[in-house]
Amino acid sequence: MTDELKSNFTLALFSRNRAGILNRITAVFSRIKLNIDSLNVSETENKGVYRYSVKVNSTEKLIKRITKQIEKQVDVIKATYSTDDFIVQQEVALYKIPSSVMLDRIKTEKIIRNHYARVLTMHRDYTVIEKTGHTHETQQLFDELEPFGILEFVRSGPISISKTTQLLSDFNAANEMKSII
Amino acid sequence: MFNDHNHMSLINTEENVNAQTTQKLSGAQAIIQCLIEEQVEMMFGYPGGAIMPTYDAIHEYQNQIKHILVRHEQGATHAAQGYARATGKVGVCIATSGPGATNLITGIADAQIDSTPLVCITGQVHKDLLGTDAFQETDIIDISMPVTKWNYKVTEADEIPRVLAKAFFIAKSGRPGPVLIDITKNAQMEFLEFSYDKCNHINSYLPEPVPSSHSVIDAVSLINNAKKPLVVFGQGVILGNAEPELKMFLDKSGIPAASTIMGLSALNPNHKSYVGMLGMHGNYAPNLLTNECDVLIAIGMRFDDRVTGTISTYATNAKIVHLEIDPSEVNKNIKVDVAVMGNVKHTLPQIIMKTNKNKHPAWRKQFTDLYNKENEKVIEQDLNPKANEISMPEVVNLVSDLTKDKAIIVTDVGQHQMAACRYSRFKQTRSMITSGGLGTMGFCLPAAIGAKLGQPDRLVIGIVGDGGVQMNIQELGTIMQTKVNVKIIILNNQFLGMVRQWQELYFDKRYASTEMLNPDYQKLSGAYGIASQKVTKRSQLKTALEKMIQHDESYILEVMVGQEQNVFPMISPGMSVSDMRLS
Repeated sequence: MTDELKSNFTLALFSRNRAGILNRITAVFSRIKLNIDSLNVSETENKGVYRYSVKVNSTEKLIKRITKQIEKQVDVIKATYSTDDFIVQQEVALYKIPSSVMLDRIKTEKIIRNHYARVLTMHRDYTVIEKTGHTHETQQLFDELEPFGILEFVRSGPISISKTTQLLSDFNAANEMKSII
Repeated sequence: MFNDHNHMSLINTEENVNAQTTQKLSGAQAIIQCLIEEQVEMMFGYPGGAIMPTYDAIHEYQNQIKHILVRHEQGATHAAQGYARATGKVGVCIATSGPGATNLITGIADAQIDSTPLVCITGQVHKDLLGTDAFQETDIIDISMPVTKWNYKVTEADEIPRVLAKAFFIAKSGRPGPVLIDITKNAQMEFLEFSYDKCNHINSYLPEPVPSSHSVIDAVSLINNAKKPLVVFGQGVILGNAEPELKMFLDKSGIPAASTIMGLSALNPNHKSYVGMLGMHGNYAPNLLTNECDVLIAIGMRFDDRVTGTISTYATNAKIVHLEIDPSEVNKNIKVDVAVMGNVKHTLPQIIMKTNKNKHPAWRKQFTDLYNKENEKVIEQDLNPKANEISMPEVVNLVSDLTKDKAIIVTDVGQHQMAACRYSRFKQTRSMITSGGLGTMGFCLPAAIGAKLGQPDRLVIGIVGDGGVQMNIQELGTIMQTKVNVKIIILNNQFLGMVRQWQELYFDKRYASTEMLNPDYQKLSGAYGIASQKVTKRSQLKTALEKMIQHDESYILEVMVGQEQNVFPMISPGMSVSDMRLS
């Protein structure tokens, strides 16, 4: 296993909404001391079905094994994995900067414009800017804003969507996603 | 379907509008009623604060369901395992919150790795006290999570029937395993309208995958074209009740077959195809010839590292066909060429239908030749030792002779376990109950109790070492109180023998903490009112065993065996199956 190359993988997991199921999923990673780089969970278009996007760096052999071990969990409906080549990814970053910076410095406006970021809200004391993109893009905006003083910064992990053209309804039917209690 | 509980003060008959389909029960009563609906005849447990309402219901239903009071919750899990393994039914344990629940963990972990169906019910503090570090509160759901097939915390009485129905379905379906249901005290005391529907489907759960038709065709083509095929079978055969199908397959194909430790007794060792046990201390021929076979047919086994030795040098010349129910086992340790998914009970017949008749005489002779070599170098000395001291194998062999291979053998873990697995013979299936995957010392005594309670008409003999017997020795109290007729043979070498053997072979004979100063087992047996005898000479052995077997109550026979005997053959750790050593 060690002689195999490591690369980034994104797992797409679907589960029922059960207290404790997140622990069952993460335990499959912690058991082999594999760090999760990012984890996103939210409800899918089917009520009661949750989708997890998990990013990890490992070998394909190991990822194959743990994907099956996750799918084996009773409350997990489906587990798949893919490499970066087969998915489209995006993440959101929020930046809170002092409003004075926005008002006094013409340069900040230019930076925001160049990055295709947008102002979400503006308060007397602070302004919240939103940027979507890959990690290196949101990081670049951070680096450029930092000299002006960032009050707070948060970045979601990436969410991803596959490049296959299978119909959602077919996927759902194949995996019994509908009518889950 | 339901019994008349109208006389009971706890039941509100006025609200019981439809007695045919629902009845008003307390959560505690509902728990027991669920067990009765699932045909549970017996459970193993230990009371305590948070489970007291349920114990009150156990008292109320005592004519319908039996409770075995163990002496430690670990004993309850192993007894339930012994019961489940001997009968094929679900084993049920019950314990209180906190320490009661945590004491279950070793047995649950053992059941998880050995695929034993268990339903464990634990009491929990009142739901309003959860997360407050209340007296005897422990988060048993999170603690048991990695060692259970499924678990669930019940906080409302009306969840009980649905959750317990699911628990039994999950425990016994597909690849079986342990399920833990944690039930808060308020849920046991509150009332619900009780009705019970058995669970037979869960949307997110596929217990038995179906094989693809091409996988069966590919498997058969490999099998029919093989010059040197070898079958390795495991507990999947027993769990699928597929013993007749295995025999049919071997009868038709003529392929030599070896068992894992968990598969023992699925095939009568007298069957012409049987070539012995696989693994670190298994038989010489099947291990060595694993690397000579050209097609390896794995039936309901999971390529444990104790079976494969170093995986990079395992089955080096073979195409591998894997008949398996659990998709996560396929390609986990060994890369397979054809996976036939499903219960072997259903997949074997599809393969048998298309398998050519064959006898493989030349290939089988290779097994016979290697057996003869093992016989000369190991087995002969094991069974007829020249030394005065008694050997473990000769005791095991004599037990098989005297019981005409009919007993259920329950073992602990260590040298005596390997002797018991190598030299016991079995006329029927579910006759070897041993802790295979987890290697849990302390397993034997409680598991033997559970096995005997599950199979009261069969002779149950526990074979245990002087180390392991002390790990759950408190269960002698359970034997005393339940009067369960189990026979326990303590093979006493005054050492933790297997660890000592490894110290001798790999740690320069530095016997760190392996020598045991033991109690007087006769006095100990006497204190529990159990008949016993101690044997120190070979001349006493046969008579003593006969006396033990004929005794109409439980019996403890202590046999003093050679102190520094080793188990051979052996595949040293890190070595290949073909490097197996005979001495």
